[in-house]
Amino acid sequence: MAAGNTGIIRLGGAEKQFGAATLDVVRLDGAEKHFGAVRALGGVDFHVGPGECVGLVGHNGAGKSTLMHMVAGTLTPDSGTIGVHGVIEENYSVSRAQQLGIRCVFQELSLCPNLSVAENTRINHASLSGFGWRRKAAELIAAKLDEIFPDHGISAWDIVGDLSIGRRQMVEVARAFTVTQDRLDLVILDEPTSSLDAHTAGQLLAFVRRFVAGGKSCILISHVLGEVLRNADRIVVMRDGKMVASDAAGAFDRDRLVTVMGGAEARQKTAAQAAAAKPGASPLRVRARPAGQTDGKELVARAGEIIGLAGLAGHGQTDLLLRIFGATARAKAGIEVTAPVALVAGDRQSDGIFPQWSIAQNIGIRSLARLRNGLLISPRREAELADAWKKKIGIRTPDMDNNIFSLSGGNQQKALFARALGSDAEIVLMDDPMRGVDIGTKLEVYDLVREEAGRGRTFLWYTTETEELDNCDHIYVFKNGRIVANLTRDELTEEKIIQSSFGDAA
Amino acid sequence: MASLKTLLTKPWIWSFAGALLVWLATIAFTGGYGAGGMVTAALSLAVFTVIVGVGQMFVITLGPGNVDLSLPANIGLASAVAMKVMGGSDAMIVVGLLAALACGAAIGAINYLLIWALRIPPIIATLSASFIIQSVDISYGRGLQIKPPPGFADFTNWQVLGIPVLAMLTVLFTIGAAIALQRMIYGRSVLAIGQNIRAAWLAGVNVGRIRFLTYTLSGALGGIDGALLAGYFRGANVDIGNEYLLASIAVVVIGGTSVAGGKANVPGVWGAALFLVLLLTMLNTFGVSAGVRLLLTGLIIVGVITAAGGEKAVR
Repeated sequence: MAAGNTGIIRLGGAEKQFGAATLDVVRLDGAEKHFGAVRALGGVDFHVGPGECVGLVGHNGAGKSTLMHMVAGTLTPDSGTIGVHGVIEENYSVSRAQQLGIRCVFQELSLCPNLSVAENTRINHASLSGFGWRRKAAELIAAKLDEIFPDHGISAWDIVGDLSIGRRQMVEVARAFTVTQDRLDLVILDEPTSSLDAHTAGQLLAFVRRFVAGGKSCILISHVLGEVLRNADRIVVMRDGKMVASDAAGAFDRDRLVTVMGGAEARQKTAAQAAAAKPGASPLRVRARPAGQTDGKELVARAGEIIGLAGLAGHGQTDLLLRIFGATARAKAGIEVTAPVALVAGDRQSDGIFPQWSIAQNIGIRSLARLRNGLLISPRREAELADAWKKKIGIRTPDMDNNIFSLSGGNQQKALFARALGSDAEIVLMDDPMRGVDIGTKLEVYDLVREEAGRGRTFLWYTTETEELDNCDHIYVFKNGRIVANLTRDELTEEKIIQSSFGDAA
Repeated sequence: MASLKTLLTKPWIWSFAGALLVWLATIAFTGGYGAGGMVTAALSLAVFTVIVGVGQMFVITLGPGNVDLSLPANIGLASAVAMKVMGGSDAMIVVGLLAALACGAAIGAINYLLIWALRIPPIIATLSASFIIQSVDISYGRGLQIKPPPGFADFTNWQVLGIPVLAMLTVLFTIGAAIALQRMIYGRSVLAIGQNIRAAWLAGVNVGRIRFLTYTLSGALGGIDGALLAGYFRGANVDIGNEYLLASIAVVVIGGTSVAGGKANVPGVWGAALFLVLLLTMLNTFGVSAGVRLLLTGLIIVGVITAAGGEKAVR
C-alpha cells in the first residue's frame, strides 16, 4: 500500500486527483514544526489510507502529538504540505478538518466539565438545533456509547464533571465517532485507553477493528505496545521528531518496537529483581478496610512493601486511597495509618498540577516545611530539591523555573512523582499514575519505586494496567467498592484478576 | 531598555501608570497648582483602601467565589468599638486598637464558620453576616458619635515632609504581606488553594486552616481599618466603611490579582488605590456632575482592567 499511494500530482500549480479508491485519507509531505529553538518535527512524510488503522508509537516528546495536531488542523506546519482525500489543502484548519471527516480524541480531555454528556455532544454538531436539541444529542451519544461500550452505565444527562476519568474518556471517544451532517473518515485516538480498564479498553479496540473493517480509517497512539501490535495494520515509529520506521504491524514484535523507539533497555529484570525476599515482620504502615466491606477483609501494608490495587476501573480503588489519605488529618473508622502520606495523582489536571506555577514550585509544595529557613521558604533550598529530582527522575527541561505546562505530559507526571518522593512521606499512594506515560518513563519510574521500597517506603499502587502489577509484592482486587481477592505476586495472572473482577463475590 | 520591558510585563505597572496619568491630567488642568498637596491627600486616603484591599486580595486569591462582603459593616462596628474603648483618653489608644483588631478578627472567624459549618457560599455568608453586624453596630453605637482621643486623631493625620506617617507604616505592612504571600507557607498555601483546591488538599495543604486564617486576617484588617478611619475622620460612624465594599474589590482586580484565584499581587493594590483616589480628585477638579463622575469611574476601571488583563497564554 505504501508505494502506490501518490494520489496527488501537480500540474502547473493545480492539483488533480485520480483513482479515488486508492487515495489517502490524509497525507503529509515534509512536515516541519519548530517551537522557538526546539524542533518538534523535522520533515515527516506520513499518510493514512482508507480502511487502515495506523499505530503511532514513540516516547513522550518524540513528536507524535505535534504530528497529530497537524492532521487535526490545530497546528500548521512551518513547511511541508497536507493533502486530504488527494487534494492539497492550502488553508487547513480545525473546521476544515471536521468538514473533511477528520476527528480526534486528544489525551488532554476536551469535554466541558460543567455541561452534561448530551450538551457536550452538541458542541461538535452544529446541526443539532431547534427545539429538543438536547434530546437529539442525548439519543445520538447514548446510541454510540451503547455501540462501543455495552453496559457503560453512563446517562446522557450526567454532568461530565461528576463522571470518573475513565467514563469521561469513554464519552470523549464515543463523541468522536458520532455522525450528523459532516462525513467521518478518520478518527485519531491519542491514548484512548489510558484511563480505561482492560475490559472497556477491549470493547473500544474491538469497535475500532469494526470501524476500520467498514472502510474507515484510524490512527491509534498508545504507550501500551501490545494494544498497538494487536490492533494496527501498520505501525509508524517516531523518535526525536522524525519517523524512524513504518511497516506492517506483523513485521514488528514488542522487542523490535522497543529497540526502534530507543531508550528503553532491559525490561525483563523487573520480576527477578522485585522477587528479592522481603522480611515478613516489618512494621505495619497501613491497615484499611473499604467503607462497604462486610466480610472483614482488609488491606494491610508493611514498610518496604509495594501493594497493588487491581480490578476494573472505578470500583473503589481510588476511594480507598483517598480515605487513607484523609485519615492522616482526621481519624477514620477502619483505617490505621502510622506514617506521613503523599499521593501521586493520575488525573493530573484536576488532582495534581498547579497551572500558574513553575516546575520547581510544583515539586516543592509538599515539602514547604522542610524548605524553610526560619520563617521564610528558601528559594535556594527549593531549587536544590527541584534540581536533585530533575537529575534523579530525568525531567526533561532546560530550566526548572519554567512553567509546569512547558513540560510534556509524561514529564509533568514525573514532576508529580518528584513531589511525592521528595517529601518526608513514608507511605506513597499512587492513583493510576502512569496514564499516557511512555514506556521509557514508566521503566524509569518502576525502578525508582522499587529502589525507594528497598529503603523502607511503602507504596499503595492502583493501576489499570495489569503489567504494572508485576512490580507489586501483594495485590488486592476490587469489585463494587470491596476487596474481593487478595493475591501474592506468585499467584498473579491476568486471568485471575479478570475472574475476580467479574466474579459473583458479594 | 530591557529593564523597561520587564517592567511592562508586571501586572501591577498598569495601575501605577493609570494613577500617574490621572495625576498629570489633573495638574495640567489646574496649571500645576496643588500638585504636591494632591499626592499627600491621595496617600492619606489610599491607605485605608490598601489595608482592606490586602485582606480582600488574600480572600479573592483563595479561588472563585471567595470574597469578603462583610468589610463595610465590619469597619463600621470596629470603628465604634475602638472609639468606645478609647473613650477619648490617650492612655487607652493601644487597648482600643487591639479591641478593634479583635472585633474584626472575630467577625472574620464567624464568616468562615458560616462558610464551613453551614456550607454557605462565601458571598452569601459574608453578606448575611454583614446585616447582622450592622444591626449590632446600630444598637451598640446608638445615638452617640464618640470622638477619638486627641493623640490618636493627631497620629492618623501626622505627616513628615508631606508624607503621611500612616502611609509609610502601611508601605511596611504591604511589604510584609508581599513576603508572606511569596515566601511563607501561608502565602504559598493560599496560592495553591486558589489554583486548584483539590490538588492543594492532595499535596498536603491544610485547606481548612488556611481558609480560616485568610477570612480571619481579612476581618482583622477590616477592624484595624475601622479604628484608623475613625481617628482620621474624627469620629466613628455606621456608614464609615460603606465605600470599601466596592473599593476593596476594585483595587484587588485593577492591581493585577486574578479574580479566578491563585495569582495575587500586592504592589498593584497600592497602585490601584492611588489610582481610584486620584481619579475621584480629578473628576471633582474638572467639576463634572455626580452622575457623569460615576459613569466615568466605571468606564475608566473597565479600561484599566482591559489594558492590564492581556494575559499571555502559558503555552
